[in-house]
This record gives sequence, structure tokens and C-alpha cells, in this order.
Amino acid sequence: MTDAEEPRFRPGDRVRVLTGTPPRHIRTPAFIQGQTGVIEVFYRAFKNPESLAYGDSGPNMAPLYRVRFDQGTVWRDYQGCPNDKICVDIYQHWLEPA
Amino acid sequence: MTEKTPHQKSDSTGHGRPDAEAREQLGYFAGRVMAMESLLIEKGIIQGSDVQRMADEIDSQSPTDGARVVARAWVDPDFKARLLTDPMTAIRDLGYELASNMPRLEVVENTEQVNHLIVCTLCSCYPRALLGRPPQWYKSLAYRARAVVDPRGVMKEFGTEVSEEVELRVLDSTADIRFLVLPQRPKGTEEMREDDLVKLVTRDSMIGVTPARSPASSAVL
Repeated sequence: MTDAEEPRFRPGDRVRVLTGTPPRHIRTPAFIQGQTGVIEVFYRAFKNPESLAYGDSGPNMAPLYRVRFDQGTVWRDYQGCPNDKICVDIYQHWLEPA
Repeated sequence: MTEKTPHQKSDSTGHGRPDAEAREQLGYFAGRVMAMESLLIEKGIIQGSDVQRMADEIDSQSPTDGARVVARAWVDPDFKARLLTDPMTAIRDLGYELASNMPRLEVVENTEQVNHLIVCTLCSCYPRALLGRPPQWYKSLAYRARAVVDPRGVMKEFGTEVSEEVELRVLDSTADIRFLVLPQRPKGTEEMREDDLVKLVTRDSMIGVTPARSPASSAVL
């Protein structure tokens, strides 16, 4: 990742969450990996927690989004209502266009 | 043999870490925290008084802070609009000191159409600046797992039945944002003063598992 990564997505864009369980600190929950959702909010860039966890205090910034998913597609046997949503805050380097 | 507290005891490396016996008495995590704390002090990264000051600061925060913010939003539409768009500024305007390095706060509004529920599936991220320490159940594995898979079931256990007409939105605070729910103003409170409204705003209603108290039920308490 470069120092000043530009936001690649806008509210309304469809995105897929990348998958992977690298043996280090990550903040992308396993249950949402591989799922497709919609960008709801672009907050701003924050210090990347994945390098902060290892002592990096440099300018390594990661754009952060709130991504909205339909509960019915995330969980096969979801018992709630069709309109129910789950929103997860995800850093840009975990997202790809869908 | 001189008596020392576990805090002062030194091991063979010269670090002020508690030895095996003291660690055992403390339990694994308390011993580990103490070892880290003494290393941070020894390396000059923090001072002992910093830890106490942080603990005091955390203990000084309580759900009453959040309740005041919510009650103000109920009576003051302009404040509510600012709270939803620029919460940090709005809250500071009420006289709260929010540290500049605290995680960004977002306020989400419950309406007739949408109900929000807050969880942190990864750990226990929580709007501490306005609610103080999270309750034990919020940090439990059961809540963290079930709030995302079966939020309506979890809310039912809190006594909250969410209508099928209402969209239930779970917010997983996995990163740098902390969420606070702005619950709906209960019916029958149109004549109530702001100070009395504060008493209707419970901690759980700002996490989203229950609505705010109705005036009838709070009269009993």
C-alpha cells in the first residue's frame, strides 16, 4: 500500500470482500469475507491497523468504508426479515469491485 | 526475607515483572498486564500515574453522558441534525470533552422504519466516551456471535420484539468508528422536560437492544 491511497469506491458501488486469514492482525471478520455488498459510507483514511499492530507509527493510511450487506445473502438460514442488513466497517485493501 | 508486593518484585533479568508464584496468584491475564505495564514504565513510554489517570477517566464516564446527548436531540431538532451529521462537534458543543485521539463517533437514528443494533464481533469496541465501560454481556462471545446471525432472536431475549415491517440493521464496529444509537423518543413524552427525558434513556437503548423507557414504566423505578 502506498502512503496516500486514494479512495477507490463511492457510496452505492458494489464491492466484494477479499478472503484470507493471514497469520497476523487483521480487522476483517471471517463471516463477511467473500460476501458482496454495497458501499454505504466513505468515512476517511485511518492509520492502517494491520501495520499499527506491529509498531508502525508512519503515515500508512487506509481508506475506511461502511459496507452494507443483505442478511439473507450472508446467512443461508437467516431467520429475520428480507430487509434486514448487516453493516461492517472495512478498509479499502480488503475490497474489490463486484 | 523482605516482603515485596508483586508490583515491585524483580526477576533474574532485572525487570520488575511478577515472578511465577505471584503470577499464579494473580491469574494469567492480570500477571501479563502487570508485566506489560512495568515494561512500558521501565522503557519510559508511560508513567505509572498515566495508567491511574486513564483508569480514573474511564470510570468517570457513564451512560448518563449518552443519555443527556440523546435527550437534547429529542428536544432540539437543530442539535439532532448536527448530532447525526457531525457528532463530535455537536457533543463537544454540549460541554463534553472528547479526546482528539479517540475513535470517531457516529450516531445512528432509530425510526419507525429502521432499528439499529451495535456489536463488535472482533472484540468489544464500544462508544466508551459516552457510555463508559461496556456491560459484560456486550463483550461475551455469545452476544458477539449471535447479534449478527440472529439479531431479532437476541433482541427478543432482551424483551424487544421488532416488527417485521421494520428493517433491522446490525452495525459491526470492526475498525475506527464507534456507534451510538439515537433511540426513538417514547410516545407520551411530549410535555416532558429535558431533565426528565434523560431518565428514560437507558444504556441498552443506546446499544440498540431495547427501546428507551416509556414514562409509565419509569415511574415505577
